[in-house]
Amino acid sequence: MSTGSYIKRPNRALQVYAVLFLVVLYVPVLFIPLFSFNDAVHVRFPLQGFTMRWYSELWSRQALWNSLWNSVRVGLVVAVISTILGVLTARSITRYRLKGKGALVGFIMMPLVIPGIIFGVALLVLLSRMGVPLSLWTVGLGHLIICLPFAVATLLPRFEGFDPSIEEASADLGENGWWTFWRVTFPMALPGIVASLLLSFTISFDEFIMAFFLTGTDPTLPMYIWGQLRFPKEFPSVLAMASLILFVSFVLVFIAQWVGRMGLESQEKEGLQS
Amino acid sequence: MTSAEAFISIRKVSKYFGAFQAMADVSLEIGQGEFFSLLGASGCGKTTLLRMLAGFESTSSGEIFIDGQPMSEVPPHHRPVNMVFQSYAIFPHLNVADNIAYGLRRQKLPAARRQEMVDEMLELINLTGYGKRKANELSGGQRQRIALARALILRPKVLLLDEPLGALDKQLRERMQLELRALQRQVGITFVFVTHDQEEALTLSDRIAVMSGGRVLQVDTPAQLYEAPRTREVASFIGNMNFFRGTVRCNGSAMAAIETEGLGTIPIPAAQITRPDGASVQVAVRPEKFALSASRPDAGQAVEGQLCTTTYLGERSHFYVSITGKAEPVAVSAPNSHRGMEKMDAQTERALWLSWSSDSIVILDAQ
Repeated sequence: MSTGSYIKRPNRALQVYAVLFLVVLYVPVLFIPLFSFNDAVHVRFPLQGFTMRWYSELWSRQALWNSLWNSVRVGLVVAVISTILGVLTARSITRYRLKGKGALVGFIMMPLVIPGIIFGVALLVLLSRMGVPLSLWTVGLGHLIICLPFAVATLLPRFEGFDPSIEEASADLGENGWWTFWRVTFPMALPGIVASLLLSFTISFDEFIMAFFLTGTDPTLPMYIWGQLRFPKEFPSVLAMASLILFVSFVLVFIAQWVGRMGLESQEKEGLQS
Repeated sequence: MTSAEAFISIRKVSKYFGAFQAMADVSLEIGQGEFFSLLGASGCGKTTLLRMLAGFESTSSGEIFIDGQPMSEVPPHHRPVNMVFQSYAIFPHLNVADNIAYGLRRQKLPAARRQEMVDEMLELINLTGYGKRKANELSGGQRQRIALARALILRPKVLLLDEPLGALDKQLRERMQLELRALQRQVGITFVFVTHDQEEALTLSDRIAVMSGGRVLQVDTPAQLYEAPRTREVASFIGNMNFFRGTVRCNGSAMAAIETEGLGTIPIPAAQITRPDGASVQVAVRPEKFALSASRPDAGQAVEGQLCTTTYLGERSHFYVSITGKAEPVAVSAPNSHRGMEKMDAQTERALWLSWSSDSIVILDAQ
């Protein structure tokens, strides 16, 4: 259809721009896995040869594994809590006639546009005034603030397409609120819930600024990596770790997108039918 | 219907949404096994009343009894009623069989018995073999039947239907009307049916409650509603109606009369008139109760008029005839029982005789 409509006409300049854009976006990232296999301490060309040394060295670093475990724990707790709060929020926003609904949604989404450093400083001041010691819990609290808008934004479209009479039908057929939630609401929102869990976990997992302000004695993984940057000898292992994280993040985000879209597509088919 | 027979008894029920009165002191009695319709324009309160029966809306005052039990403290999931929703509300994540079996969970039946009941239902709604289909692979008519089966499998005492045929096209709707009526006779469950389509209500119902502005105007059989409406509102909502202003004349003899504007003086047996001499009334006549003829008929009453317009509708034609004493023309409807009737079209302004029999008129209070 290249000779087809005006919109679909091929545009050489745009194609070049698109390729350039992708190159600028991803080539720097590609250097990380590239140098993680390079047999030299210093990151510079020419490459010195292939090695798996940096990866095998990772095994012997107990501090690194501790920080990874810290990040996973914080990520899991933050993902679950922000998704639960997101479900409740999305459900109330779509279900009840609330005054100032637009303002409310805007307020919930605010952390998306407020710089993390401001939230970080604010929380640090607040927590120290309250005498709360910094720990993984305070990091989790900071991450929750960042993740909640993403959870709500992921879940809201699922609940917006929800016909309220579906839940009424369940009540009518003899199920109370608890069973209606588990037999109808939850399975219908499940793709959104999975997407929200994965997205929140990913965001928390590689978050740095909040963690920088709010970490106590237990560092999260990004904090640990940052600490290692001061020692040039450690740098290749950091690259190896970063490559692994990059890979896992990609897989998680891809799954989140795929699951979310899968659910929405079946819902759209639904909409066309009725 | 006496309250001893009443299966559903709605007593002095009112409903307010904020300051808005959606339901004003409604009382209704519905019998066991009855096909009962709530008919009215949108916003008349019929759906609100249905949702109160289902338990999705509370009553602001008054009480609803189903099978003798007061319902106001009973939540929807404990009421002996099931509902077919306007949107059907089929569970999109379940297949047809799981949709139908949804309400059986609490009965803890063995899987084989469950399957048997689902198969029975699929057969009842003519969808045998569709059990494994996904809900979104079905047409509107099929979804509607699944919604029915899902409710009927629980053997409710009452089935509530919220305009279940509204989303279907005309031909499918007419077929589903017949199927629905047959199904209701077969299962013998009380049906409460909400519709804004008067034809549908007349076709399906044993009795109809005509509603307007949160009130029930009249409860009657379809034939009574059509032939003997009690108010002008009901008369004009169901079918078409010609209204003539009139005055009662009775002098104590066996025959009384009504002097009308347009139709002259109509003699009526005095026993049929409950109003005193000189009372203002309205005489209402359905368009098809008039007959048109070229010359004055030998028997019955007639007035002369002039043909204004004709509308040809295929099986019948509508004629508008102007008569002296009435500003707007009289609507007359006649079947096109033989060819050539449609040619009346070309004969506007021709003089005609309009005749009727005095037992086909309805006497209503003046507004």
